[in-house]
Amino acid sequence: MLRAINIDKSYAGVHALKQASFELQAGEVHALIGENGAGKSTLIKIITGAVTPDGGTIQLNGTAIAQNSPRVAKQLGIAAMYQQPALFPELSVAENICFALEESSLLSRVNWRERKRKAAALLARIGADIDPDVEAGELTLPQQQLVEIARALGAEAKVLILDEPTASLSQEDTQNLFAVIRQLRNEGAGIVYISHRLEELPEIADRVTVLRDGSTIDTRLMTEVNRQQLIQLMVGRELSAVFPKKAVEIGEPVLELRQLGCAASGIHDVNLIVRAGEIVGLAGLVGCGRTQLADTVFGLTPSDRGDVLLRGKPVKLSSAAQAIECGIAYVPEDRRRHGVILDLAISANITLASLDRFSSLGIVDFRREKQVSADYTRRLRIKTPAIFAPVGTLSGGNQQKVALSRWLVTNPSVLILDEPTQGIDVGAKSEVHSLMTDLAAQGVAILMISSELPEVLGMSDRIAVMCGGTIAATLDRAEATQEKILALALGHQANEHATQSL
Amino acid sequence: MPSLWAIKQMSMRLNRYKRELSASLAYAGLLAAVGIIAPSFFSATNLRDLALNNAPVLLVAVGMTLVILVAQIDISVGSQFAVATVAAGVLAQAGVPILLLLPLLLLIGAVMGAVNGLLIGMLRLPSIIVTLAMLVAWRDALRWTTGGEWVQNLPANFQWFGLGQRMGQWLIVFASLLVLAFFTWALRNLTAGRRVYAVGSDAEAARLAGVEPGQVTFCVFVLMGALVGLAALLNAVRFSTVPSNAGLGLELKAIAAVVVGGTAITGGRGTMPGTLIGVALLGTIGTALTFAGINPFWEKAIQGAIILAALASDFVWASFSHKKAQKAQMGF
Repeated sequence: MLRAINIDKSYAGVHALKQASFELQAGEVHALIGENGAGKSTLIKIITGAVTPDGGTIQLNGTAIAQNSPRVAKQLGIAAMYQQPALFPELSVAENICFALEESSLLSRVNWRERKRKAAALLARIGADIDPDVEAGELTLPQQQLVEIARALGAEAKVLILDEPTASLSQEDTQNLFAVIRQLRNEGAGIVYISHRLEELPEIADRVTVLRDGSTIDTRLMTEVNRQQLIQLMVGRELSAVFPKKAVEIGEPVLELRQLGCAASGIHDVNLIVRAGEIVGLAGLVGCGRTQLADTVFGLTPSDRGDVLLRGKPVKLSSAAQAIECGIAYVPEDRRRHGVILDLAISANITLASLDRFSSLGIVDFRREKQVSADYTRRLRIKTPAIFAPVGTLSGGNQQKVALSRWLVTNPSVLILDEPTQGIDVGAKSEVHSLMTDLAAQGVAILMISSELPEVLGMSDRIAVMCGGTIAATLDRAEATQEKILALALGHQANEHATQSL
Repeated sequence: MPSLWAIKQMSMRLNRYKRELSASLAYAGLLAAVGIIAPSFFSATNLRDLALNNAPVLLVAVGMTLVILVAQIDISVGSQFAVATVAAGVLAQAGVPILLLLPLLLLIGAVMGAVNGLLIGMLRLPSIIVTLAMLVAWRDALRWTTGGEWVQNLPANFQWFGLGQRMGQWLIVFASLLVLAFFTWALRNLTAGRRVYAVGSDAEAARLAGVEPGQVTFCVFVLMGALVGLAALLNAVRFSTVPSNAGLGLELKAIAAVVVGGTAITGGRGTMPGTLIGVALLGTIGTALTFAGINPFWEKAIQGAIILAALASDFVWASFSHKKAQKAQMGF
């Protein structure tokens, strides 16, 4: 149905796509995978007309599309959902969904009731519980992603492109989305599905195309490849272990939460211990209070009940500055917005949380800052021409490494990571994982929030499952399975048999 | 021969100070043109007068740079300037020793700045509204107290701090440049400077890194006020009477100079040397026109054109760096 033939694209001398080809049939879900920088985003932007290729053609049903543009592509029935939610924060959910769908002249009246009805129907279709009247800016990241999906579905496109649609979705929302995708496929739509979560591909995709360094490496039937082979195709080298988990001697309790509660963020009665050298995974469905718990421990939304104990001593945490002083580090979720400061240099970002140690009498010691930043840039393999380059010029995986460096420099005894590998490529992901292992070996107590169950299972020594604002149960590494975690997250008891399988 | 790597690093550095460089080039061009048309522009008296007239604007612009760097704005500085000017006159008249005037005026300015700072930094009110209210409030409060009267009968040692013309003039220009030099150094070398950039670039990300945006904003407004106090004192001693309507339009001059000097109005990016060039460029044009024999009515129009040109170059630059960022996003 849709063919991209020998597409070439360079940005100011950098070859983003080299003779890349891609073919999508009607009635299939075609996965497009590759490391960050492989050219996936450029390819789909060329298909949607957002970017003009230097060479090659895009054909739809055998005819080449001349003069492609977002408007032309839309009229031809191509719709896309991009990775970064691009909603209008001041407009309501209903307006956001219907904005691009309405074809009306400038002077025609807005049919508010119809808009709302349509938005509600689309949201219901993907099983999203979101009020169409709420302003989009008030939604959480996963909710924004659901709205984006609803918007893409509303276009009733023949070609639907989904870029990392499940990046921040819970298992439940993911399953709902998959059901809708299958239904669209059966109705004859072609779906391009981009994802870093290789484990979900067998479940949803029919075929898979692998891009590497701007070239098409191979297209295979999903039933004929396994995960390990895909990773090899993507990176062109073999990754020895997907999760580099090492046995580490577990020490004394470092962080202890006793009956911790915070009315403002909806968490209550949280009991949790994280010991030195231990990685505790914090699992749960979106909205269960995982991020809110992290915010409370870091002093951003101070607790109003219960205690936080550090090495056995109760501490009062009411600001991020206090938490940092106590040796707590927090790499937040939405990295692009809050993990790094895009305008500041890499070196300034790395030292921002520990400026006091890089200065005397308030004067920054540039020599030491440079030395330490260069050291971390090398150790974490941050790809950059210079350490004074603004972080905004780096790729996602490298930005995440800068965010991590900032907190490693503080020498934390407790490290809280919220979705540490969300939206970064397989290579960088594996580097972040081995870094976590090394830190645990040095005696850091790590609390890792993740929606990726394989990551939780692969990296954690213990897994705390949250449900409804509190910890439902804590599982040991040996006894934890995806089914058990999901059952607990859904509110079943641990011993109850999991009724819902993944 | 420099390596490719070194050239790349150099070009990155140049890119960061692009606006400062283009403003300097424009200024050099202006000076060259005036030098050819009317060499008498470069007489010592004229240059000294120029420096003297623009010294208070420079001080206010230094504070304004800080305010804009934290992504705020202060349009009340002109009214603060008037209050501080009258306060300086009244205090001097009342026989306060000349040496005590300096700390007192810094304090008066800082208190006025603190009012803005509390409302904006702590109560999170929008700065454009708060300072608009203060612009009106200070100006009218002053009119009500003085009844529009000028302060006269100042003690003899008030003028030029009793130093005599030549010395006093040097002192004022020198003090302004010293303040500029200090803030240039501080923005780069002090952790406080780093925090200013962080808050202006992304307040929420700064908060998560342990920097309190409210406190930083409060401190910046206090500094802004103190600098206005200093500027008012250094300006007032040039005259034998003190007007009660000083500083009209000062906020616009300062904001324009900061923007022309390359500070991003959205915060997080900009430098003090850029502001110096901005003040110099906008402050020189009027005089330059007179010397070149052009009707000085053009001054405002040309100033406006320069501001627009500066913003336009921002826009071109932003779309260019956006493309670069896109490339970077893809891992190059």
